[in-house]
Amino acid sequence: MDNMEETVQTSSQYLSMDLLRFTTAGSVDDGKSTLIGRLLYDSKAIFEDQLDAIERSSKSAGDENINLALLTDGLRDEREQGITIDVAYRYFATPKRKFIIADTPGHIQYTRNMVTGASTANLAIVLVDARHGVVEQTCRHAFIASLLRIQHLVLCVNKMDLVDYQEEPFEKIKAAFKEFSSKLDIPDIRYIPISALKGDNVVNKSAAMDWYQGASLLYTLENVQISSDNNFVDSRFPVQRIIRPQSDNFHDYRGYAGRVAGGVFKPGDEVIVLPSGLTTRITSIDTMDGALQEAFAPMSVSISLADDIDIARGDMIAKADNQPVVGQDIELMICWLHEKKLMPGGKYALKHTTREVRCILKEVKYKVNINTLHRMEKDKEIGLNDIGRILIRTTIPLLYDSYKKNRTTGSLILIDEFTNETVGAGMII
Amino acid sequence: MQSYSLSHLQQLESEAIFIMREVASQFERPVLLFSGGKDSICMVRLAEKAFFPARLPFPLMHIDTGHNFPETIAFRDALVSKLGVELVVRSVQDSINEGRAVEETGPNPSRNGLQTVTLLDAIEEFGFDAAFGGARRDEEKARAKERFFSHRDQFGQWNPRQQRAELWNLFNGRKQVGEHFRVFPLSNWTEMDVWQYIAREKLAIPDIYFTHEREVVNRKGVWLAKSSYITLMRGEQYEQRQVRFRTVGDMTCTGAVESEADSIASIIQEVAAAKVTERGSRTDDRRSEAAMEDRKKQGYF
Repeated sequence: MDNMEETVQTSSQYLSMDLLRFTTAGSVDDGKSTLIGRLLYDSKAIFEDQLDAIERSSKSAGDENINLALLTDGLRDEREQGITIDVAYRYFATPKRKFIIADTPGHIQYTRNMVTGASTANLAIVLVDARHGVVEQTCRHAFIASLLRIQHLVLCVNKMDLVDYQEEPFEKIKAAFKEFSSKLDIPDIRYIPISALKGDNVVNKSAAMDWYQGASLLYTLENVQISSDNNFVDSRFPVQRIIRPQSDNFHDYRGYAGRVAGGVFKPGDEVIVLPSGLTTRITSIDTMDGALQEAFAPMSVSISLADDIDIARGDMIAKADNQPVVGQDIELMICWLHEKKLMPGGKYALKHTTREVRCILKEVKYKVNINTLHRMEKDKEIGLNDIGRILIRTTIPLLYDSYKKNRTTGSLILIDEFTNETVGAGMII
Repeated sequence: MQSYSLSHLQQLESEAIFIMREVASQFERPVLLFSGGKDSICMVRLAEKAFFPARLPFPLMHIDTGHNFPETIAFRDALVSKLGVELVVRSVQDSINEGRAVEETGPNPSRNGLQTVTLLDAIEEFGFDAAFGGARRDEEKARAKERFFSHRDQFGQWNPRQQRAELWNLFNGRKQVGEHFRVFPLSNWTEMDVWQYIAREKLAIPDIYFTHEREVVNRKGVWLAKSSYITLMRGEQYEQRQVRFRTVGDMTCTGAVESEADSIASIIQEVAAAKVTERGSRTDDRRSEAAMEDRKKQGYF
């Protein structure tokens, strides 16, 4: 706890801190709430009035210990039923980094919630109980992290105190997970033996496990390199909005507002505008704080072009020698989020970058058994929490990359046209 | 390869700008709910940045309880005239006069809950289909689960169990006629982020955030400012204290904290060392454990 005393930051320190978004997943009773509670408590992100409030609730619910899950279970239904319904977001900071935790429940609607939490995460923490080892849920969590292209996974072997801090159970779990994860696509996997309850290897290195040479969990979270996870090669700028002030000072100004989705843009760059295919040059990249010499993901800027060409919301600015795919027949992995099943031949509204179109389901290729990763070629019914590979056709072309190449230009959502609910999350292959 | 990275505050700023631009593009008639507090002041700056060099493509709206700190109203009017934006004010007093809302009684009558009536009426009157709020997920447990784009039904109600999944940066603002959205660009910000942003952007804020002498009364551990809206109960008396406010709301429910902080830098020091959340001094949240969730379901901010 000592190295976290320093929470009063000078502004210059604070302004240079970077951001790590991570998701936590685990099954019931694996100590996830205890772990999050400890990270929040030790970094002073829990306040006295919050602690008082959950202490009161814990007592009135008959709990002897303070139930840290009440910190994240914010809704009345959740507290009354003692379950977590929804993804909860939590925030804490150390002098090095700011953290956003997407805490996803392990049991109910796990796929829907895990996919939601994982969609914006840089890193996933998966917890296993040292006594039980790698179980079905561990594999499921790791698969979803891999599918959502999380580049860093930390497997925390928890409750080491209950196996006498022995190296052997840890090594066994590590070996078992290594074998399973060889089928996945996660470049950086780390293993940490911890006890969330006792605090071993959470914030500080544990004295009880001399045999472990690695870093504590917090040190890992603070130091894992994430800056290279963004794509800075393939330049993509989905146009969000046209800015035309038509004021005296900016009479002829016409800027294309958006957030850079990949690569780097500079004034003077030759660019192509899609889908028209017209080429032009960037004259300036503007913000209210002044013009920029370069813009990269995920900066929100306004781009001005040399030629007056027809550009609308949903178009994309890219480099002529490195363009996204332009197409209408799109194959993707879909995670289904709604009770109403994916309909054969069904029509849906589709959102992709800043473009909204309609699409029709042409074919379900297969469904994935998310515990074994086997393809089920015969069972093609995609319902709530199912994951499958499908083929769709859109009314007009999308300007896309594979999700593997770019999370922003490779992701889409399907919307029920009648209820307007978001029913599917898609990752383009 | 050169390393490109943004600090966390730059990332939060970019995210908020992206969301404001999405709203301006996806909706017909957005509005920015403005209270004169620090969060809505940040929101106005972010909106300026999102549409620069054009003006804000939506008006600001203040739901006036009639129990405001005079300093906040003066600040509001100065900011609006400086930016040249349109301001809509709708007042709870009018809703009461028209019989659409009924004043609470008792020693601590609050108009906090009544704002919902005025707010929903105003949204209907102007046909607003999206309303920006400055709420953050870190300030209250019910808010920790709310989406950036938060759907409201025809009665303005929030249904926490039927929220739409929100993935990546794809925001689904589709709705039926008569429904609307509340949108929270500061969802991922913390109180410290807001203060650091105010410092970085050198934003002006109302004087009541800084230390000053004021007559206050201690009611159930909360220091309430002297005003004509509060009736002293037996054994209570006003005393002169050196205080400031951590949040700006209704005078009847916003508690002061004893503080010497006279600059943004000293406020930041104080926030960093704080042991109680900023809403710990709000009596509106203390009414019951799910006070915020219950109000939100009705259509509160």
